Amino acid sequence: MSIKVFAEKCTGCTLCVKACPFAAITMQERPESKRKLAVIDLDQCTLCSACIPSCKFNAIEIKAEKESSKDISHFKGIWVFAEQREGEIQPVAFELLSEGKKLAADLNCELAAVLCGDESIDKEINKLFEYGADKVYLLQHKELKDYRSLPYTRAIAEAIQKHKPEIFLLGATTMGRDLAARLAIRVGAGLTADCTGLSIDPVKKILQQTRPAFGGNIMATIISPNHRPQMATVRPKVFKKTKDLRPKTKDLNIIKFSPVINPEDLIVKILEVIKDESAKVNLQEAEIIVSGGRGLGDPKNFKLVEDLAKVLGGAVGASRATVDAGWISAHHQVGQTGKTVAPKIYIACGIAGKIQHLVGMQSSDTIVAINKDPDAPIFKVATYGIVGDVLEILPLLTRKLQESRR
Amino acid sequence: MEIVVCIKQVPDTTEVKINPETNTLIRDGVPSIINPFDENAIEAALQLREKHGGKVMVITMGPPQAAEALRAAIAMGVDEVALISDRAFAGSDTWATSYTLSQAIKKLGKIDLILCGKQAIDGDTAQVGPGIAEWLGIPQVTFAVKIEINNNVAKVERMLEEVNEVVEMPLPGVLTVVKQINEPRMPSLKGMLKAKKTEIKTLSAAVLEADPSNLGLNGSPTNVMKIFTPPPKGGGEMLQGDASEMVDALIGKLKERKTI
Ligand SMILES: Cc1cc2nc3c(=O)[nH]c(=O)nc-3n(C[C@H](O)[C@H](O)[C@H](O)COP(=O)(O)OP(=O)(O)OC[C@H]3O[C@@H](n4cnc5c(N)ncnc54)[C@H](O)[C@@H]3O)c2cc1C
Ligand SMILES: Nc1ncnc2c1ncn2[C@@H]1O[C@H](COP(=O)(O)O)[C@@H](O)[C@H]1O
Repeated sequence: MSIKVFAEKCTGCTLCVKACPFAAITMQERPESKRKLAVIDLDQCTLCSACIPSCKFNAIEIKAEKESSKDISHFKGIWVFAEQREGEIQPVAFELLSEGKKLAADLNCELAAVLCGDESIDKEINKLFEYGADKVYLLQHKELKDYRSLPYTRAIAEAIQKHKPEIFLLGATTMGRDLAARLAIRVGAGLTADCTGLSIDPVKKILQQTRPAFGGNIMATIISPNHRPQMATVRPKVFKKTKDLRPKTKDLNIIKFSPVINPEDLIVKILEVIKDESAKVNLQEAEIIVSGGRGLGDPKNFKLVEDLAKVLGGAVGASRATVDAGWISAHHQVGQTGKTVAPKIYIACGIAGKIQHLVGMQSSDTIVAINKDPDAPIFKVATYGIVGDVLEILPLLTRKLQESRR
Repeated sequence: MEIVVCIKQVPDTTEVKINPETNTLIRDGVPSIINPFDENAIEAALQLREKHGGKVMVITMGPPQAAEALRAAIAMGVDEVALISDRAFAGSDTWATSYTLSQAIKKLGKIDLILCGKQAIDGDTAQVGPGIAEWLGIPQVTFAVKIEINNNVAKVERMLEEVNEVVEMPLPGVLTVVKQINEPRMPSLKGMLKAKKTEIKTLSAAVLEADPSNLGLNGSPTNVMKIFTPPPKGGGEMLQGDASEMVDALIGKLKERKTI
């Protein structure tokens, strides 16, 4: 591949210099012209293509030396991975089916769910149809009861190779990310991580996958034009789950598939699952999160956060500083090293709002910040800010909410 | 025990700022650091070496200046480093990156354990570790928060959404680690001196005997179509009055938005 500036088209406007995230473009004098010329430092350039759309004069071109000659026209349909934990399909699967339905309409194709499990998973199948699946691929085997990378990769790769879906979506959960990353290599597919937006290019009919990068500072739209399936993991809670209201046919379309699992797929063994009783609520699935920071002053004041969360029916989050100090377990941590969350309401209590925390919560719908320092950076992302003492505001807010419910 | 740690040099995102006029990333003067999770991977490797003996090798794929990240790793106390660098690697997505790294690892001889960070803070994909495992045809365990090794079997605690899971993986295999696993050590004086003196070995595409059609932009199934800055959040509102008035105002606003 190569990147090239067409000297005759370059007007020296410097737009590309500003667009380059890697500072790889400089303007240089040219003897024959008053206008400067954009020159790309190939050691800095990562061929990220950010400069291409910035140029109003089509003066920059990236060319792949060879086009993929693979025939991909026989890949059809959209698949959604029906993530199940302990025999229960996770909400993200329904969110992806709901979104998948729209994409399937744009492509005029079928929407299918892929469900892995042992015999006991039968009870869950109907839910997939309720949320819009036209078809369910049921991959049943006793070794697929609980998720493990190797047997799941084996089973799903076999199904993909046999039935050739055009698009395969998974939740960007720990399971989805572990699985998708391995599966994409096995089936030779492109994989876009942690997407927050999906759409179909109306002309080329390919999947446009939009995701945050650089900790949410920029967004990128990514395509996999020449490889199938086009794979993406999608962040939970980004899409709304909506029931499919179309009348159901009597004969549900279930394709049973008994995958062959080899002994070498079973070398990793689950020994134990340690439950953290305090983290009963899954932060990434919570509609409301009340988060505490070091501004609470004392670990026992987390009680105030918990009380508010309880009244609101929400989950408890925390900043890294409080987790590091041992005030609360790491399962609650929000941010770059913790969880990325996007609830309807995020209430930050005594949290300064350093960038590592912000990248984990700034896409929440409504953000409320309570901090006694009016210059705390959390206020820059807050929908509503309260400058005040958390020890005073929190109990008051909890009590008034309780009263207003009565 | 022979351990390879894969590290990536990344911009320090705490300092990445957006130019509001041009809506682009300001990279001037933004320091490059070792991806924070990869420092934890190095620390985990050093602790395993202290316990079981052997060697810790660190590799990175990147432009020539990524050598600085390797020097920082030497300063922490690793034994050997290699820079995987070639124009042919430019534009790699996670597919091509994991292929290239796996080719490099094959060249390093018999390896017992490969450690990666959970994810890189620039791309945030978490895809390269499992990708390497698949290319090498060995098992993977992601999100490790505790590692113990006995008789060539790694017992690993993984940190998941709501629970931790303890698994057993026979070596060789790939582990990706989360931040909570340890506190990376500071560079030692001796290490810093060694880092200064060490000549960094570079591995090119030819040395790796890599299939050119799997490398760089050409070998990458995904393409970045466009990059943009997220639309700014609608202006926030500071609530006014005494504590009680502000709380009332907040409850009113949240009800208005039908969020509670
Ligand atoms: C590589 C890396 C990764 C990181 N990852 C994460 C991450 O994933 N998640 C994360 O959260 N952090 C992360 N951090 C750390 C982050 O930069 C901050 O250090 C951390 O978020 C600070 O937590 P805090 O806001 O609770 O504490 P502080 O920074 O101490 O802020 C406390 C705030 O409370 C306010 N306050 C004090 N008393 C009161 C009171 N009585 N009433 C109201 N307000 C009060 C103060 O004005 C202050 O603004 C990371 C850092 C690094 C370097
Ligand atoms: N260019 C690279 N060179 C070496 N290791 C890398 C590179 N890119 C990613 N890695 C490793 O893979 C992990 C996950 O990265 P990513 O999949 O990009 O989020 C990182 O923490 C590193 O351990």
